[in-house]
Amino acid sequence: MEQHGLRNYLIGFVLAVVLSVIPFWLVATHALPPQRTLLIIGIAAVLQVLVHLRFFLHLNFTTTPKENLLALVFTALLIFIMVGGSFWIMFDLHQRMMT
Amino acid sequence: MSVAHMSEHEREEAETREQRALGFWLYLMGDAVIFALLFATYAIMIPGTAGGPTGKDLFDLNNAALETVLLLVSSTTFGFASLSVRTGNRSAVIGWLAVTFLLGAGFVFLEVREFAGMIAKGAGPDRSGFLSAFFTLVGTHGVHVTMGLLWIVILSAQVALKGLTAPVASRLYRLGLFWHFLDIAWVGIFSIVYLPGLL
Repeated sequence: MEQHGLRNYLIGFVLAVVLSVIPFWLVATHALPPQRTLLIIGIAAVLQVLVHLRFFLHLNFTTTPKENLLALVFTALLIFIMVGGSFWIMFDLHQRMMT
Repeated sequence: MSVAHMSEHEREEAETREQRALGFWLYLMGDAVIFALLFATYAIMIPGTAGGPTGKDLFDLNNAALETVLLLVSSTTFGFASLSVRTGNRSAVIGWLAVTFLLGAGFVFLEVREFAGMIAKGAGPDRSGFLSAFFTLVGTHGVHVTMGLLWIVILSAQVALKGLTAPVASRLYRLGLFWHFLDIAWVGIFSIVYLPGLL
């Protein structure tokens, strides 16, 4: 069990390193056009958050209490509504101010 | 330890621990909402530089990379401390907490140095809406890390003085949730603030 725990943290660490090195390297070298780099930064960030949740916070669908997962999903929904709504309002306002 | 082998008392303790973990998890979810809104505010304020410096003029990729390394390694060393709690190795717990503390302190040092450098250049939070949003977002994270450092010191003292009792182990578990959560918030910061700013 302890070996298993140690392996979990090490896997998480290695994955997090890879998912950090890729975007930092792309920004440092300008190897790709900005739009594509931005897309990869976003994808790497989402993946890394999932890696942290899985390997450092040990979230999974078997041992994690259902309430905790429910709270997480509810928070994600709240964030989607509030952040999405903020962008919607502010960009709409921006458009109206410009025209 | 399987549930069947637990005494009545142990089962009760495990239940309170679960309940407290849920309570703390709810706090973290609230914190996640705060960070998400600070991220949204920042993203909207990026063009609001009021003729002042932009992210490209101010951010340093190496500094952000070093901060990322320090926080990620500290998250892993905290994991080692958690594993040592499970094996009941008191000195290992204190040792790994000390390593985690030093890495976290290094992170705060780099951040404070960055902030001081920006303010000295006249790029403080009062310069533009962009910089107000930057200092609020990154500063809020920095304050969290600083509080985490204080918490590590307090719990290290408890481990040293009281040993790895059930309440102390339960507190260490919640500190772990907090510390790992801060690393997740940092992933957001380098992916939304530093990297796009330097693109």
